[in-house]
Amino acid sequence: MPPTTAPESLVPLPPAVFHILLSLADEDRHGYAIIQDIAARTGGEVTLGAGTLYRSIQRMLEQDLIVESGSRPAPEADDERRRYYRVTAFGRKVARAEAERLAGLVQLARQSGVMPRKV
Amino acid sequence: MSWYRAWLRLYPLPFRTEYGDEMAAIFAARWRAARSRRERMVLWCEALLDIVASAPAAHADLLKQDVRASARSLRRSPGFAFAAILVAALGIGATTVAFGLVDHVLVRPLPFPGASQLVKLYQDQSFRGYPRIELSPPNFLDWKREARSFERIAAYTTASVNLVGEGEPLRLDGVVATGDLFGVLGVPAALGRPLTSMDDARERPRVMVLSHRLWTTRFGASPDVLGRTVRLDDEPHTIVGVMPPHFSFPTREAAFWAPKRFTDYDLEDRTNWYLQGVARLKGDVTLVQARAEMSTIAARLAEAYPDANARNGAAVIRLRDEVSGQSRLMLWALAGASLCMLLIACTNLASLLLSRALDRHREMAVRAALGAGRERLARQMLTEHFVLAGAGGLGGILLAVSGMPLVARLVPSALPIPDAPALDARLLALVVALTLATAVVFGVLPAVKLAGSASVEGLKSGARASAGRSTERLRSLLVVGQVAASFVLLVSAGLLIQALWRVQGVAPGFDSTGVLTMRTSLPEPRYEATARRQQFYARVLDELRARPGVRQAAYISFLPMVMRGGIWPVTVDGRPEDPDNTHTASLRLITPGFFDALRIPLLLGRDVRDSDDLDAPLVAVVSQSFAQRHWPGQDPLGRQLSLAREALTVVGIVGDVKVRGLERESEPQVYLSSAQVPDGALPFYAPKDLVIRADVALESLVPAIRSAIARADSEVPVSDVRSLASVVDGETAAREVQVRVLAGFAAMALLLAAVGVHGLLTFSVSARMGEIGVRLALGATRARILRQVLAKGFLLASIGLVAGTMAAAWAAHVLKALLFGVNPGDRLVYAAAGGVCILMALAGSLLPAIRATRVDPLKTIRAE
Repeated sequence: MPPTTAPESLVPLPPAVFHILLSLADEDRHGYAIIQDIAARTGGEVTLGAGTLYRSIQRMLEQDLIVESGSRPAPEADDERRRYYRVTAFGRKVARAEAERLAGLVQLARQSGVMPRKV
Repeated sequence: MSWYRAWLRLYPLPFRTEYGDEMAAIFAARWRAARSRRERMVLWCEALLDIVASAPAAHADLLKQDVRASARSLRRSPGFAFAAILVAALGIGATTVAFGLVDHVLVRPLPFPGASQLVKLYQDQSFRGYPRIELSPPNFLDWKREARSFERIAAYTTASVNLVGEGEPLRLDGVVATGDLFGVLGVPAALGRPLTSMDDARERPRVMVLSHRLWTTRFGASPDVLGRTVRLDDEPHTIVGVMPPHFSFPTREAAFWAPKRFTDYDLEDRTNWYLQGVARLKGDVTLVQARAEMSTIAARLAEAYPDANARNGAAVIRLRDEVSGQSRLMLWALAGASLCMLLIACTNLASLLLSRALDRHREMAVRAALGAGRERLARQMLTEHFVLAGAGGLGGILLAVSGMPLVARLVPSALPIPDAPALDARLLALVVALTLATAVVFGVLPAVKLAGSASVEGLKSGARASAGRSTERLRSLLVVGQVAASFVLLVSAGLLIQALWRVQGVAPGFDSTGVLTMRTSLPEPRYEATARRQQFYARVLDELRARPGVRQAAYISFLPMVMRGGIWPVTVDGRPEDPDNTHTASLRLITPGFFDALRIPLLLGRDVRDSDDLDAPLVAVVSQSFAQRHWPGQDPLGRQLSLAREALTVVGIVGDVKVRGLERESEPQVYLSSAQVPDGALPFYAPKDLVIRADVALESLVPAIRSAIARADSEVPVSDVRSLASVVDGETAAREVQVRVLAGFAAMALLLAAVGVHGLLTFSVSARMGEIGVRLALGATRARILRQVLAKGFLLASIGLVAGTMAAAWAAHVLKALLFGVNPGDRLVYAAAGGVCILMALAGSLLPAIRATRVDPLKTIRAE
């Protein structure tokens, strides 16, 4: 994707992609770590399959949402086969755009009374 | 674990290479983390679901990427893309039209339930040259009573009637049929009821069933049309039903169906062959069994009625096979020609792709060096070819849709099918199949070749040259194929053009220029009396002859070539029926002046006269071939002949006319004075076709003629207004369409082959720039270089001609039945076609040859 792409043009994001972006927001992770992190954050609600994960990763790489990370953890904690991924600045913008879209939806839901207002 | 790896094969290779190991590692880690059997089961299920869901998506991602890449790469070379798409579209479009037509006419089941069980019944009079002749009513009734092979049998004949009572009088072409017809066809009415066998009884009220078209055009599609009474030829008929929109039988022109009721006269005469028989085979009866049974019945009838039925057999043929051998052959010839076109288009496409592959040799090598796998590159190339073929397929559909009406003339009118195939799922499936075949057969080769060359080797200079040489050999082969296919098309077109000229050169026996014709059918029973009819003719003809510009006007039963039948057995000089009963003649009733109007030469004796009426002795005018057959070397005037149960005296001899059309032998002709027919006899032959010879513009006469007819009887409709020349032209219309299509194919093929030669030689010259430069530097003359390049084009064309000659000889042999006596090995045609191919090859070689002579030796050697 050329860098001129507007972040908004990619939303709504597929849920898997959004979860992966959130998981990579605080640190670079490898594939299995992403799956575990998402499972942990969602209390086991979302468990990505390996196929879904890597297909999403492939597309996110093409869309410049993430890159393979060059920096690696200490050698004793590392497995050579694993690749680490890092979210790009563009990826963060896209994640924010998606979050804002979802927040907007939640606000709509509150206004229409299907959801209790914030206390 | 190996299970999981095996399942990973569902992903595309690049994806698997990239992520397979990590996916397997993740699965292994989770497997180890699973505590119980149950957790492992769940893990397995989840993993399988995950693979099944994401593997197709990964394939789709890749395809999308490839299509995008192809589109980008094609946009970068629009000239190439345009040429390739156009070539593919031409090939696919031509083949779609031809095979769509073949499918429509020859393959697709007719639009009736259980259509394969429908058969036509004919009397077989092969002994006198009629393997399929219509049935006489008594024979039909006997067949119907005795045959056990059929569920139902019906008979019908076409009828032209005047519809009066709903607006302007209108002439309608329809069918009178026994009530079983609709039971045989198995089609219910859309509104009301069809005819039934109850309607056959003479005492029942007359009814009719409307075609959907007549119902909408004449009756405003009003549902309360049922029960309404209209007059057909003065007889009140009650409308009892309307057929569905797409129903037609026996041809698409039929506007109504009314009951056939046999008269006493019908039931007496076994030689009055005019009924078409149609039947539905019982489910367990084969065509062979039905034929055997009918032959037995016919043999028994031949024995019982030797006068009329001696040596008469029965012919049973499938309704689907009612297409003449000539129409069939024309369609297959067209299909064969379109395959030649497709072959040429595909070889051209392959050639284009090969040359493009070579151009991109370096690009591919670079990409391979950067890590793109061979499979990936081949896949991308293939996608590109599919994109091209797909665009070509779309273009082909457009061409087919616009081309189909042009070839509709080749759909025989004898079948109850629409006049042109509709663009439906079947035809689209054909296009898709052709497109895929085009892409696969001629796209795979360059793709494999290219991917094979995509190695680091390809980066070295000189690699291009070696890849170029093998590509050049392949392209030479393709060019040879193109020349051969073009030659076949040229020879076929040439032979058919000769045949067309020969048919057009056949003298019809009359002069068609300056003659206007139209039809005015007189309604029965008002005009049943001969005197009444004669009054009408006299009134119309006298008024027309008095008009300035009109040279002659007359009436005849049917124009030649418009109605080809009307054949009767004939005996002469009171001789007992000849044992073979082989003599027949074509019968027509005329008014005086007919021969003069058509300039049919009167060779001996006189024309019929106004005084040849019911009170005078019965006279006949016969054609020259009739006189020669029956009275060779004798004076035919005053001789006796008997036909249609009348004894007649010959008073005149006229030239022969091609009653059956330009391409067939016609029976000798017998003309009777229309004034001498007893009341109610031969109603079918009552003169209805008006001919007017004029020396003014024919169209200018039409209004005056119409008003003259209206003054004689305002309820008589006028139809089929046309020039006699157009009737004769109609004889060769199908041939002309075929020749035009074939010639068009041949021209396109030539153009494509020339482009092929040009492309190949351009390539070959640019690959040899260095060599040519060196040779020029060493003293070779430019004329010599020019000759060498031209010689190469000539050589390719010659090899193509050798291969093409064999194929063309075979094609010409197959076409023999269409050639109308033109020799399939006609040297002139072969020589002309060969000459054109050589010229085409030389024209294609010229630019590259000139380019070769302009090579600057210094520059090229420096570049080396």
